[in-house]
Amino acid sequence: MSLFLIVALPFLGALLPGVMNSAGRQAVGGVTFTVTLAAFIGLLTNLPAVLAGELVQTGFNWFPELGLNVTLMLDGLGFFFALLILGIGLLIIAYARFYLAREDNMGEFFTYLLLFQGAMVGIVLSDNILLLLIFWELTSLSSFLLIGYWKHLEAGRQGARMALTVTGMGGLAMIGGMLILGNIVGSYDLSVILQHRDLIQADPMYVPALLLILTGAFTKSAQFPFHFWLPHAMAAPTPVSAYLHSATMVKAGIFLMARTWPVLSGSPEWFYIVTTAGLITMILGAVIALFKHDLKALLAFSTVSHLGLITMLLGTGTAFGAFAAMFHILNHATFKAALFMSAGIIDHETKTRDIRILGGLRHLMPITFVIATLAALSMAGIPFLNGFLSKEMMLEEMEHTYLFGPEWLVPALATFGSLFSAAYCFRLIGHTFLGKKRDPESYPAKPHDPGAGLWLPPAILVVLVVVIGVAPFLVEDFVKIVTAAVLGSTAEVPEAHIKIWHGFVTPLYMSIVAVVGGLIVLAMFKPLSRLWEATPRPEAKAIFDEIIGAFVMYAKMIIHPLHNGAFTRYSMIFGVAVVAAGYHAWATGVLGEVTRAVQPVGWVEIACWIMLVAATIGLAAMHHNRLLALILIGIVGLMVSIAFIFLSAPDLAMTQITVEVVTIILLLLALNFLPNQTPIESSFLRRGRDVVVAGAAGLSTMALTYHYLLRDAVAAPISEFHLANSYKGGGGTNVVNVILVDFRGFDTFGEIIVLGIAALLIYALTEALLNGPVRARLLNRKPDKPLSGTQHPMMMVILTRVIFPVVLLVGFYVFLRGHNEPGGGFIAGLIVSIGIIMQYMASGFGWAQDRVRWPYHGVIGAGVLVAGLTGIGAWFFGKPFLTSDFTYVRIPPFEKFELATAALFDLGVFLAVSGAVMLSLESFSRLARRAHVKDSDEPMDVDPSKSIITDLEPSAQEGV
Amino acid sequence: MEVLVASAVGILTAAGMYLVMRLRTFPVIMGISLLTYAVNVFLFASGRLTIGSAPILRDGVDVYADPVPQALVLTAIVISFGMTAVVVMISLGAYLGTNNDSVDDPTETDQEGEA
Repeated sequence: MSLFLIVALPFLGALLPGVMNSAGRQAVGGVTFTVTLAAFIGLLTNLPAVLAGELVQTGFNWFPELGLNVTLMLDGLGFFFALLILGIGLLIIAYARFYLAREDNMGEFFTYLLLFQGAMVGIVLSDNILLLLIFWELTSLSSFLLIGYWKHLEAGRQGARMALTVTGMGGLAMIGGMLILGNIVGSYDLSVILQHRDLIQADPMYVPALLLILTGAFTKSAQFPFHFWLPHAMAAPTPVSAYLHSATMVKAGIFLMARTWPVLSGSPEWFYIVTTAGLITMILGAVIALFKHDLKALLAFSTVSHLGLITMLLGTGTAFGAFAAMFHILNHATFKAALFMSAGIIDHETKTRDIRILGGLRHLMPITFVIATLAALSMAGIPFLNGFLSKEMMLEEMEHTYLFGPEWLVPALATFGSLFSAAYCFRLIGHTFLGKKRDPESYPAKPHDPGAGLWLPPAILVVLVVVIGVAPFLVEDFVKIVTAAVLGSTAEVPEAHIKIWHGFVTPLYMSIVAVVGGLIVLAMFKPLSRLWEATPRPEAKAIFDEIIGAFVMYAKMIIHPLHNGAFTRYSMIFGVAVVAAGYHAWATGVLGEVTRAVQPVGWVEIACWIMLVAATIGLAAMHHNRLLALILIGIVGLMVSIAFIFLSAPDLAMTQITVEVVTIILLLLALNFLPNQTPIESSFLRRGRDVVVAGAAGLSTMALTYHYLLRDAVAAPISEFHLANSYKGGGGTNVVNVILVDFRGFDTFGEIIVLGIAALLIYALTEALLNGPVRARLLNRKPDKPLSGTQHPMMMVILTRVIFPVVLLVGFYVFLRGHNEPGGGFIAGLIVSIGIIMQYMASGFGWAQDRVRWPYHGVIGAGVLVAGLTGIGAWFFGKPFLTSDFTYVRIPPFEKFELATAALFDLGVFLAVSGAVMLSLESFSRLARRAHVKDSDEPMDVDPSKSIITDLEPSAQEGV
Repeated sequence: MEVLVASAVGILTAAGMYLVMRLRTFPVIMGISLLTYAVNVFLFASGRLTIGSAPILRDGVDVYADPVPQALVLTAIVISFGMTAVVVMISLGAYLGTNNDSVDDPTETDQEGEA
């Protein structure tokens, strides 16, 4: 299967569980499992190539300018990790299906899980490091969702936040490091970078790059000093912990170190940093794990410890170290996932994970006991289990590693870590399962073995633990292929074989010391634990919270003075800033020559200008009277429309004047609810300040406009092209319309969508208002202005109805002529809307609404669809989206006329615009409608066709 | 003519800015509308002013007004209607919900006071 598909399958599949939620838990779990299985099988189809040592590559250029290409590669290392991710993923999905409670939203869970899985597979298969970084960040985000899946748990939310903060920060550092690496080599492709070891290690930027990349790897893999987030992430549901912390998320950092091993390792910096961090993490994790009473916390710190072990092995920079590390990754993934799942079973069945409360479970949960014990013994390093083999290899490698201090120090420390490792494993077995048989009632819940759905997945893993432990030669070749991929061309794969019995060599003695010592430590657990409790030690979470708190405080110190909730203040700051920037440009720039002649001015223009200026200044001065303000702004709009006519823009004039009408109606509707007066609140001084700021803004725009009106554009505008091609290419003589529906049709398409969204937003807000507490207020409110005696006067009703066909005709005419004469879909849509609004106003909301055949949402949708389908139609002719075509048709006895696809597109514009306008106004009217007493279904207050002497509607009498 | 257009843009901007800095939603909406006019006219004027030659192709005519800014401004006018409607709706909802049409946050307004 193509690598693309393997990476894409989890992402595509992630859509399914969420939408299938109502199909039941079985179906949701089943589809998730199937998707993962498909990817898993797809991966296996590449096995022969990997075994043959080939590098499977595929890809295409995405952003070649940035060096960001979707290139994937599969070698032994990538295959190994993908196998772990998908294979253990399958088991986890099966386990989670039975683990999650009925109240948990399973679709949501599996969607997150698949997203995470896809991101992980993406990391291990990426060839391009920028692509890898994208997947890296995706794992941080999706693991955040998974860890915080139980949103009702505070610990879960905090743990998720901490994990995101730490790994996200590390991710940022890694981006820096990767970019440096790419810069040194001149390529962002891993397969190229990995060939340039000498170039990279000789570069002065090697150390910064190494530090940054290691920060990313250490945060992800919870290495000291970033180890603290992992135990807090244990608040996640157990399947998540088992998945993230055995095989996937925390191994991402390890993967990265292994991936970049050929170019980054081998230097003294790498050796000291990585080995030391690994060693400290291993010992620290092991010691803390012993004293944890929560099963999952114990496992979490043991994970930290084992990750430290792997890191330490990678740090040595030797081929044998890498070999041991890869083998231990495999072993750790099997026994740790099984242990986590066992802990989940215990939690699920006994309702507690506190080791102090547990004990004696061997009798009550025999199956779980066997699974957990085998896995734990493997972790402790007991022979014939896989953990023993890799631990021996680790000890062998450590035996001849010299870091600092006396020669025996590192081996001794490694043994010390192993000792504690063995101790906590024994404690896990001893304090949970062993001990005398207890009454089932003495546990928080009656323990018993779970159904096969829960124990089978860990059992499968334990079988692997034993098989590898007994017959390591079965996996040896595979691990060697993986190791070869890690080493690249830098070193030969070691000849050594994985064997259970090496003879009486030092590592064996070290192992014996560790196991025996572990038993002794467990025997002395009580006093040791008291000592541990009494020792003061830094609490990582408190330190973390303190640091975050300090950051929040500093952020507030900057934000609060600037962002104090006063909108007026922001607008003033904005105005001043823009004017200052403009002044700076003016003061430092050069003013070009005047190249344009001044256009003549007639008396009419001056009269219009005077009206506009008077209305504008009047509006600013008398805005407290809101109705007057509305009239004044109407005048301004009218004058602007007239100006457009003067200045050769008939389309604009028509649009402006129709928009003006609907805007004023809309504002009138709003004013129905708002107070009629704006109180005078700001002081004289403050108004003075605002006048100064506003005046400066006005003067600068005026100066800017004046100066550029007198000069031609610096570069020739593209208008000539449009003028020249409008008729030839677009088939229309109205260039503005041809630009809208043809040249820039895609823009227009976007704009009608935006308009539709705006209308839907208004509708949604209205719904929210009408369904909220405001509803009662609206229903009970008393109009503050006296109502007209005749709400729906007969004259107006008759007039609007007579005029309606004419309005539609005009709209139709304007629509048709749009391509060649001023007009088009926008204007026609507005005209028709006005015609319909007139019916609403004259005949009443109830009457008009009854006669609406199509909901306005539908009209908007139809418009967008028509426009979109017209655009798609071009595809059938092998042309790009929205390419237009036209032809001339002559049907006798009519004149020759034009048929253009652009007209169809314009029809979409027409529908969307009229639908959007109507939906907005209708929403406002619905608010008003609820406020009044009752809708009249009659169009007129007095209907002369009925009896002359009828009782007036009560609503009509009320306001007189 | 240029002086008239430039000064109109300037006055519309000044009045718009002044109203945007008021404390209640309605004048702020008026101010935004005035700024919209100013911006639209400004953009339109970026095609420079032409009198008596609309961009409708005719035989024998060579000089046309610049059609591109016109097309851009045409959609801008329609979009600005949508924007105004949304802003009005939001302010209306805020007023109906809180019985207060101040634009500033209530607690901060007191501190801001007569700044």
